[in-house]
Amino acid sequence: MTSNGKPKFAMYWAASCGGCEIAVLNIHEKILDVDANFEVVFWPVAMDAKYKDVEAMEDGSILLTLFNGAIRNEENEHLAKLLRQKSQILVAFGSCATEGCMPALANLSPLEELVSTVYSTVSTDNPENIHPQPTYKAPEGEIHIPKLYPIVRTLDQVVDVDYYMPGCPPESHQIAAVLDLVIDAIHGKATLPPKGSVIGAGGSTVCDECPRKRDVKTIREFKRIQNIMLDPEICILEQGVICSGPATRSGCGALCPQAGSPCIGCYGPAEGVLDYGARLLTAVASVIESKDPQEIERILEGIPDPAGMFYRFNLGASLLRASKAAWAR
Amino acid sequence: MSERFEPVIIGFTCNWCSYRAADMAGMGRIQYAPNVRLIRLMCSGRLDPTFVIKAFAGGADGVLVSGCHPGDCHYIEQNYKAMRRFYLLRKLLAQMGIEPARLKLLWASAAEGQLFAEEVTKFTEEVRALGPLNWNPEAALLSEQVLYRQPAEVAA
Repeated sequence: MTSNGKPKFAMYWAASCGGCEIAVLNIHEKILDVDANFEVVFWPVAMDAKYKDVEAMEDGSILLTLFNGAIRNEENEHLAKLLRQKSQILVAFGSCATEGCMPALANLSPLEELVSTVYSTVSTDNPENIHPQPTYKAPEGEIHIPKLYPIVRTLDQVVDVDYYMPGCPPESHQIAAVLDLVIDAIHGKATLPPKGSVIGAGGSTVCDECPRKRDVKTIREFKRIQNIMLDPEICILEQGVICSGPATRSGCGALCPQAGSPCIGCYGPAEGVLDYGARLLTAVASVIESKDPQEIERILEGIPDPAGMFYRFNLGASLLRASKAAWAR
Repeated sequence: MSERFEPVIIGFTCNWCSYRAADMAGMGRIQYAPNVRLIRLMCSGRLDPTFVIKAFAGGADGVLVSGCHPGDCHYIEQNYKAMRRFYLLRKLLAQMGIEPARLKLLWASAAEGQLFAEEVTKFTEEVRALGPLNWNPEAALLSEQVLYRQPAEVAA
């Protein structure tokens, strides 16, 4: 408990885009409830605070930490471990922290290749060939930047996590509901779900929430979204465009399919799914309308990047986690 | 290598054809490579690609998927689903750095014990030639890495 008696709240971003923070602010006036019930002690995007302030806190003194972002570098890992130590409830918040999301797609390539793409390719204006160095001797002294790790990890691959909140970003109404639940729990009016639970999401699939009409699925050709005028009422997968609905956890209200765009899987694996990509691959491949190996392979040419397609959000938490090129030395 | 590498191969068979082919190979005392560990499913259509991925992630060097010949499926056409998933899975695994030759699809009827034995031996040798897979992404975090090239090296 702090000077003002309110429980402490923290939010941190590791390897992420900042969308999770915006989603939290998108809860509108509910943010006032956060302020009324919590003392915000650390939230780099919203307030000034130093890492040493967090280091000085007593262990377990922060009640709730929402941690978004994957673990890409030394700094991410340090903050993950620090916030774990200081927090009673650590929530892996959003797709990056729970399953790696876009940052973990880097796990398809060796780190050297990534760095070289950023600093050395022909399209890069870097005449002096400057590459970032972990340490640099300036006249004022030696300075450091965090080392990049060869593979991106999810939060629970680095520290113990209490709850998982999926979404890229989590929907604001789901965030509000979770905050309400924690606030109620503080006041003894509710109990928190068992440790390890997925919170702020449904227990079914996006298909279950999708109002589009479903019939028999058979696909003779996979189409890209830009090459087809989608019928607004029929199942997107039935129209030959890969939709991640069958493998993805419900909770978003099937927003994308309703807006005429396929589900891309940001709410992560549905309940009971061990490997997201395998589940989606199963759903997609099964409905190919051919019994001929050559023809099947030809139809599959319509999926030029299966790893990127089926593990778009989930590569970091998948069973394989990273391509051999990325991890093998 | 002084000692010969013995690949670990997980083989998924269907209850009605390919498992019986393996049984037939056994009853006929046909000699074949002992590297494959068979797991019987009711149908190759039951094969969730998760099983294959989990096998590779857990240390398998090769995975055999086998079922009834196309048209002969006990469940009418579920082996076609297995076939479609197989080709897509193989493509995905190649992107992850798992060579296509580490995953084999084999149709074998209950009478084809000889074929089953020969194909398992052939597959074992192919996987042996590829060497161990030793899937272990965490290994990347253990070694001291040169994460950045020095500008001097780049210039050179």
